[in-house]
Amino acid sequence: MPEAVQKRITDIGPPHYEKFLPPIIKKNYGKWKYHEVMKPGVLVHVSETGDKLYSVRVASPRILAVDTFRMFADLADKYSEGYLRWTSRNNVEFLLSDATKIDPLIADVTAKGFPVGGTGAAMSNIVHTQGWVHCHSAATDASGIVKAVMDDLFPYFNGEKKLPAKTKVALACCLNMCGAVHCSDIAILGIHRRPPKVDHSTLGKTCEVPTLVASCPTAAIRPQSKDGKQTVHIEEDLCMFCANCYTVCPSVTLNSGINDGVSIWVGGKVSNARSEPRFSKLAVAYIPNNPPRWPEVVEAVKKIVEVYAAGARKFERVGEWIERIGWPRFFELTGFEFTKYHIDDFKLASKTFRTSMHYRMS
Amino acid sequence: MANSETPLVDQLLTGPWPSFVAEFKKLTARKPIVRAFLGQLEQSYHDKLSHWKHGGIVGVMGYGGGVIGRYSDLAEKFPDVAHFHTIRVNQPAGWFYTSAALRTLADIWDKHGSGMTNMHGSTGDIVFLGTRTENLEPCFADLTKAGFDLGGSGSAMRTPSCCCGMARCEWACYDTMALTYDLTQSFQDELHRPAFPYKFKIKCSGCANDCVASVARADLSIIGTWKDAIQQDDAEVKKYVDGGLDIVNDVCMLCPTRCMRWDAKGSKLSIDNQNCVRCMHCINVMPKALRPGKQRGAALLLGSKAPIVEGALLSTVLVPFVEIKPPYTELKELIEKIWEFWDEHGKNRERIGELVLRVGMGNFLEAIEVAPAPQMILHPRENPYVFYEEYFAEE
Repeated sequence: MPEAVQKRITDIGPPHYEKFLPPIIKKNYGKWKYHEVMKPGVLVHVSETGDKLYSVRVASPRILAVDTFRMFADLADKYSEGYLRWTSRNNVEFLLSDATKIDPLIADVTAKGFPVGGTGAAMSNIVHTQGWVHCHSAATDASGIVKAVMDDLFPYFNGEKKLPAKTKVALACCLNMCGAVHCSDIAILGIHRRPPKVDHSTLGKTCEVPTLVASCPTAAIRPQSKDGKQTVHIEEDLCMFCANCYTVCPSVTLNSGINDGVSIWVGGKVSNARSEPRFSKLAVAYIPNNPPRWPEVVEAVKKIVEVYAAGARKFERVGEWIERIGWPRFFELTGFEFTKYHIDDFKLASKTFRTSMHYRMS
Repeated sequence: MANSETPLVDQLLTGPWPSFVAEFKKLTARKPIVRAFLGQLEQSYHDKLSHWKHGGIVGVMGYGGGVIGRYSDLAEKFPDVAHFHTIRVNQPAGWFYTSAALRTLADIWDKHGSGMTNMHGSTGDIVFLGTRTENLEPCFADLTKAGFDLGGSGSAMRTPSCCCGMARCEWACYDTMALTYDLTQSFQDELHRPAFPYKFKIKCSGCANDCVASVARADLSIIGTWKDAIQQDDAEVKKYVDGGLDIVNDVCMLCPTRCMRWDAKGSKLSIDNQNCVRCMHCINVMPKALRPGKQRGAALLLGSKAPIVEGALLSTVLVPFVEIKPPYTELKELIEKIWEFWDEHGKNRERIGELVLRVGMGNFLEAIEVAPAPQMILHPRENPYVFYEEYFAEE
């Protein structure tokens, strides 16, 4: 295709966002005065000019067929002059300047299987990764668990059940955490539990041994020669299942159908409101994979949400609530077993140990 | 009945939440690749294992990233997903679209791939899921013809992303979309041709609510803030209180520095602005009455990342306040200095946050010519092992 090569366009970057902004946004850019949640899933932004923009927030499974693009495009043409956006949590927002179109849009999009909600003190969409749908290093599926959890906790999305504050749930299917779940109110994290299995027959050909050895944070990987071939040996006691070795070398695999599963973390946040951003902490160390609906994972997440909803004060995020009542009571209320796995043993672990007498007995 | 071929994943078709399996089923009639895909996913649900092989280097000419190679380990059983590569397409800033743009993207991906997407990927890109190697170049040609380009992957600057900022938020302290667009355009080479020790993510949040989680997910987190006093409308404050807001318990008592006082008799809220840490709580609760100050800009924080390799990090304060105004020259020069230092001293697969910890923040600051400031730390060091660099020679 010499002609195609000649005309090849590269390095143009993304299209300029102005092409996609509705006229009401162009007119009021930087002039928004305040916003309110009109009802679950509907925001109104009011400008200094008096203009009002209505955003209708619609759930999405994140995985979308192009047919659904076309369906959303048709809805946007009908109700929002062709304008819509996606949120950082993968919801779709239709941007309306005509308030009379809000309810017809909600009826229409809901009838098509895409419910409305996720605004304010609610559970929004679960940010998640690829899982078995598209990743080689996944220790669990992402979309399946998300679907099962959101089906069960749906009343917290559509506003039927109330929460003290927004509750952000995230799922990453391995410790690479391309979903960066480590600062979420509730994080579901895929984990491996079997040390890497070494394929000695391919390792020398497919991987650089020094890079592989260097990839291990605990120096559990040692160079070794086997039948005259260059390979490695794993000190299994030193393995903490980070799978960093697998990232650099396909001949050391951690995936294991009978061992892989999920851990659950709580109390992280990224917002600075009231308290500082913080990491999520371990709540449940291991739940085996149980597709297609992971009932044990759903139960654990539901338990956390329910005791939080019942016990937290207004505006208190999960981590702020736990900090107020103390971790002993969190474990008591949820019924989760506190085990040795809950006590950190990596770098700076002692920073998480208690040095005071300031603790509750339960 | 076709459903019986995938009994496990079909159990995810029911329930109130939109089903990703239903999305795949929209395509099975016309896409053999999606039929094969669902078969393999069913196998994964049975085996409790991923059936995608490790990596594979594929891409478009002249780029070192933007395409993730993916091959099935069950290619004999499901030949139509032998290749199932991902294309990352750089999203428009703020994730705004028109119906026309959506249809264009749909048509391109219907023509060249599986028709399955992620809206959006974790870093922010439009993700096209699943195509064969020979379709990559034609798909890229159609994308660029339509004004779209690929996003980042590998050891490169990853696709920058941002909140909707001034387009639809009263709290945006700088124009996040304009900055994101400008940085993306200015660093196209760094985006498309991986030349760094590892990935480098930039996320722009308009305020400290941090809707794009930049403090947790970006090597460089640019978070909007202000320098002067919170803008206060006393009449609106009173309206909130008259309307039933418990201003003492829900606002003043939740202020992290307790810098707010409510005088019930005089119906007057007073804020000790010098002690305000601009956390956003009071502004979130009373958006009509309180607004960020007028001297707006951003803080630059550096180094957050997920656990791999040396443990997870949050970004930490590098520049407490900077004005964010085009052409952003100082900011870009700082970014380039950071990259230069990282290029020179970073180990393979060492993120910038890990490098700073290894070489010492003080040494890093010296190298990038940023003066130490007490806002960078919670408190001065407690540890007396100081690496003093100078001493007087004795006779």
